[in-house]
Amino acid sequence: MLNYILMRILRMIPQILLISLLAFVIIQLPPGDYLTERINRLKASGLTVDDAEVERLTRMYGLDKPMHIQYLKWITNIVTKLDFGYSFAFSRPVNEIIGVRMGTTFFISFLAFIVCWSFAIPVGILVAVKQYTFVDYFFTFLGFIGLAVPGFLLALVLMYISFDVFGLKVGGLFSAEYMTAPWSWARVKDFMMHLWLPVLILAIGGTANLIRTLRATMLDELRKQYVTVARAKGLSEFKVLMLYPVRIAINPIVSTFGWLLVWFFSGGTVVEIVLNLDTAGPILWRALMTQDMYTAGAYIVIIGALTAVGSLVSDLMLAAIDPRIRFGGLEA
Amino acid sequence: MQENDQSVLVEIKGLRTYFHLAEGTVRAVDGVDMTMHRKETLGIVGESGCGKSISAYSMMRLVQPPGKIEAGDILFYKTPKDGSSTQSEIVNLAKLDPKGQEIRNIRGNYISMVFQEPMTAMSPVRTVGEQIMEAIILHQKVTKAEAREITIDMLSRVRMSNPQKVVDDYPFQLSGGMRQRAVIAMALSCRPHLLIADEPTTALDVTTEAQILNLMRELQDEFGMAIMYITHNMGVIAEMAENVAVMYMGRVVEQTDVKSIFFNPQHPYTQGLLQSIPQLRDAVAKTEHRRLETIKGMVPDPYSRLKGCPYHPRCPKFISGVCDEVDPPVVRTDDNHLVRCHLYA
Repeated sequence: MLNYILMRILRMIPQILLISLLAFVIIQLPPGDYLTERINRLKASGLTVDDAEVERLTRMYGLDKPMHIQYLKWITNIVTKLDFGYSFAFSRPVNEIIGVRMGTTFFISFLAFIVCWSFAIPVGILVAVKQYTFVDYFFTFLGFIGLAVPGFLLALVLMYISFDVFGLKVGGLFSAEYMTAPWSWARVKDFMMHLWLPVLILAIGGTANLIRTLRATMLDELRKQYVTVARAKGLSEFKVLMLYPVRIAINPIVSTFGWLLVWFFSGGTVVEIVLNLDTAGPILWRALMTQDMYTAGAYIVIIGALTAVGSLVSDLMLAAIDPRIRFGGLEA
Repeated sequence: MQENDQSVLVEIKGLRTYFHLAEGTVRAVDGVDMTMHRKETLGIVGESGCGKSISAYSMMRLVQPPGKIEAGDILFYKTPKDGSSTQSEIVNLAKLDPKGQEIRNIRGNYISMVFQEPMTAMSPVRTVGEQIMEAIILHQKVTKAEAREITIDMLSRVRMSNPQKVVDDYPFQLSGGMRQRAVIAMALSCRPHLLIADEPTTALDVTTEAQILNLMRELQDEFGMAIMYITHNMGVIAEMAENVAVMYMGRVVEQTDVKSIFFNPQHPYTQGLLQSIPQLRDAVAKTEHRRLETIKGMVPDPYSRLKGCPYHPRCPKFISGVCDEVDPPVVRTDDNHLVRCHLYA
């Protein structure tokens, strides 16, 4: 088991390096770079650009070097110093820009994930057990609405309702007076007040999806012989469900853990823009628009690493709950 | 059929279990009468879909919607498990809440069941031991450690090699025959008064089948339980049963002891069944190139309900105007021989 985990972690290194290389190449593909674009813009508006300054910046970031040298320099800094480079668009180190925002995004994604699982799992089991009853139809109806309505639209509607009906202004992560204030109890409360909306919106799509998946796998398992056998032992219906079909139907849910978190992480960009949240998603968007390659690259590498770690965690959890996987090839 | 001595264990009267489907109602069990005695082995035989499994499921109250017990009584003569009294309390299983406490105390404790498919009878993600111990802890006042001891003891009683290891194995690590042994150990773990075996050897090869049949007979002597053995295999009936009930389209058409079934079958359906068993010796000797006898026709569409005797369209002894008009009565042709046929009325 330990060997397996070690192997998986070792295998993640080339995976993440490959992701970083691809990200770098794709970001570099459009002609020009941030500096040339910026210089052109300044020249167009009639301003003079200090050639010496341009020269200095170009050399500092190695923009005059061929692409593979640039990549090597970038990735070496990341690996050795955890330094993701300098953001042209924000004129600050990428670490400084992304750090806090990544934290917020991660926090929101994690909350969305908790809401999603704690709602989807019981409801998924319930609708499978009560197949073709009112409960089933009710949640199926809700679920399809949740799947079909895009997050940003939901965000707009909910913002409108909370403003119009409750008089709350829910955009952003903080109210104006707490925006720059140091952390305090009141600020935490304010943060929470702003948090529920993005968390809810992010969670809804995923929840609807999970309910459908769990319902389908539960229905498969409920027909299996071992469920009848468990009943024939005299176990209560609740125990029969929890110890037998649910133990197996939970597998696909656990195996999606890895990318569900990442999906929340990256999938919220549009919602975050609509809600005017100061999180990582809008930063990526801005960075891509302005060819701010180090910021965009950092974001993509971090997402890639998260995906790799997430799938490892998924696989380990699966191995923990399902002996067929544990005995099936982990030792190999 | 009314016997009021202490040897009666289960009495089924007029049991009807129907499945109400969108296409119509399937009368899976349509008026079954049957009596089982303590320590006896009753074989239930009939072709697929004749209602033999559903009768057993009805006794355990395991019939799931859209299936429902429509009418009838299943009287279970319940005596204390510790043998402190032979005085029995009569429980009508057909009237219990299928999810209630009372039936759950009977399931796995007084009546347990071994199913057809050993491959899928246990959850693949829990150990054999966990799944057996569960029933023991549920019905007996024992600690976890004691339940584990009982489990290992049961596994060795079903002649499982290396029970100390198997108790921590997962079902998929066992072969089919081993799994069926584990399932039998699970069913017997609370020493039930009645074991229902629903084609327990159908999915196994003949060698394993013979071992399992021997094992079940040995354990029956050891535990003193009654066995209801459901099968479509006449050979297995000859091997296992003392008494036999032959079922056709949801009802018992003939019930008697095993000798009479083979040497003096009275219902035309039973006669047909016996004639359609291939004789290996004839086939090899090829003395005469005789085609295997079959019962002509097919089991009628399950949604329809025939007037008169349900067997009449296929019956070689069909009496026009009687068999297709009047439902045949149960006739006692001998002390221990019941037939539901107009020929004997």
